[in-house]
Amino acid sequence: MGAAPPLGASMLAVFADAVSPELARSLDLAGYSWKHVSSADDAADNEPADGWQGAIIDCTADAESAWAFARTIRKSDGSPIKVIVLVGGAQLGDLHLRDDLFDDFCLSPFHPTEFEARLRHVLWSSGDTMGPRADLVEYGQLVLNLETYQATIGGRPLDMTYMEYELLKFLAQNPGKVFTREILLSRVWGYEYYGGARTVDVHIRRLRAKLGEEHAGLIATVRSVGYRFGQSRWST
Amino acid sequence: MLDQHRDYVLRTVEERGVRLVRLWFTDVLGNLKSFAISPAELENALEDGMTFDGSSIDGFSRIQESDVLAVPDPDTFELIPWSEPGAAEARVFCDIRSLDGAPFEGDPRQVLRRTVQAAHDRGFTFYIAPDLEFFYFEQPVEGKKPQPLDYGGYFDLTTLDAAGDLRKETIRKLEQMSIPVEYSFHEDSPSQQEIDLRHTDALTMADSVMTFRLVVKEVAASQGVHATFMPKPLEGVQGSGMHLHMSLFRGDENAFYDGADPHALSPIAKSFMAGLLVHAAEITAITNQTVNSYKRLVPGFEAPVHISWARNNRSGLIRVPIAKKGNPLATRIEYRSPDPACNPYLAFSLLLAAGMRGIEQGYELPEEADANLFEMDDAALAKLGITQLPQSLSDALRTMERSELVHDVLGEHIFEWFLRNKRREWRDYKTHVSQFELDRYLRSM
Repeated sequence: MGAAPPLGASMLAVFADAVSPELARSLDLAGYSWKHVSSADDAADNEPADGWQGAIIDCTADAESAWAFARTIRKSDGSPIKVIVLVGGAQLGDLHLRDDLFDDFCLSPFHPTEFEARLRHVLWSSGDTMGPRADLVEYGQLVLNLETYQATIGGRPLDMTYMEYELLKFLAQNPGKVFTREILLSRVWGYEYYGGARTVDVHIRRLRAKLGEEHAGLIATVRSVGYRFGQSRWST
Repeated sequence: MLDQHRDYVLRTVEERGVRLVRLWFTDVLGNLKSFAISPAELENALEDGMTFDGSSIDGFSRIQESDVLAVPDPDTFELIPWSEPGAAEARVFCDIRSLDGAPFEGDPRQVLRRTVQAAHDRGFTFYIAPDLEFFYFEQPVEGKKPQPLDYGGYFDLTTLDAAGDLRKETIRKLEQMSIPVEYSFHEDSPSQQEIDLRHTDALTMADSVMTFRLVVKEVAASQGVHATFMPKPLEGVQGSGMHLHMSLFRGDENAFYDGADPHALSPIAKSFMAGLLVHAAEITAITNQTVNSYKRLVPGFEAPVHISWARNNRSGLIRVPIAKKGNPLATRIEYRSPDPACNPYLAFSLLLAAGMRGIEQGYELPEEADANLFEMDDAALAKLGITQLPQSLSDALRTMERSELVHDVLGEHIFEWFLRNKRREWRDYKTHVSQFELDRYLRSM
């Protein structure tokens, strides 16, 4: 019953503290070749010549490292790797605003048949092109080109540091929503950053200065909550 | 993460037509150093670093091999706002490494990285906001006293404030380089300015102070004006300090705040302050590193002389400002002795380490000294257990030399080199016969 792996890459990377016997069994029974990797460097060092077929990331043990790993491989050069994440029931909230980091998820403990079906589906679609990617994010006079990393406001280029750019991108992709500092820190910086949550304030302050007085209001402070980009969903 | 950083930098260089990338780093004395590479070399530099001969950089020289690596920190990549139109330039701060890839022991930025990491391992993030003072003068002429641009005073806003436009332009450039400004105004002395920066984590702030000093000087020079961070350029008026507002955060919470305390100060804040007070004399050679620094630290010019703390007394070394509306996030302490001519990486490292030592060892904070200490005699001060900051560079070096804390934080290489270099400076000064002596003694003796 094992799904034949597609032609080309045929090795899965499995990121986990330790690969659980259930996971190992399911993969073996379904006929996949896989390798345990413990870090992004490890994944890079052990990458087969034809690349990874996909990645399974187990978030149930050490969620921080797991998401950091997901972020790293998502952002690395080369063709995107399909990712399926395993999360515990209490971790579903972690998926929120991380849609860019995985292609599908499976609740753990998982039902082997369901896991296998999801994995097959994810890998099938990877044989396809990735589908259209929105390369431009626009909001009012702000334009972000995700492919070239350049941003303009009213036609004027914005010079930003990388983290300023990432923060603005995240906000502009989610206009009208209110984010706490913790959410921004975990979704934009990832856990590995140690500047602390006040770092978010520092970067917001810098972004406003760079947007210029006329546009500084694009990023609103929501008292004792956090920040919102653009119009509130509730205003007309 | 690094991949994406690198991509961002390389694409920006391409898209914005950057012609030159300046690699910035800092020598042991806090001078900004730079060499430029072409965009074609940048990718390689980001990957492997750029080799250069460190032997002529102050504090980098070693007996054996002199080559070191400058490894750009892509997080600090910025376009330089004063580059010529059509020939965009960018800068990036570098960490210095030995050829084997290990952090180079002569690099002040690595000292701060190490110290910040140690605090982080204990769950703390260290935030700093400096108030930077400096003077504008006409272009200096050798042998002549510096000439102020104006004779304005504190907060003056009149046509006297010839420097107002310079300050405005400086702030604009600072904001373009990701350095947010909180306040700026004309300070007390003729042609003296103050610009207060908004807090950031210590490493970012040390980079920002380096950038700040360059921006202030660049903008002034473009108008034919000389800006200086010399601690005491004019006799008889206030010198230039760099008061440092500091706080420790644990995640989103200010570890210095405790609503239950009458002064809203947590036990952590108190031990941190105690650590600063205990080690203040030992770290003064670094926070005040020139012969001239000690002409600022004298009574009568709003600079601290005594090792003490208070809430509303500007004669002490540490002041605890009253936070606006009792805002927990704004609770902080202000350390008042450093001057803007110090090496910010080393100064921030030692302040953090001294405070952390206080926390680790549970130092007891002495009583607040809210009287005017300048009006008390030595006996009264001794009774309160209040001592003085070092009175001269020589004093400060002697105290530093005996400090295990300073040795451990700076590392053997910088510790030893700094003492040697600064002793030479003191010797040169000591043997100099000044105008003061000639005026006073030549005729009468």
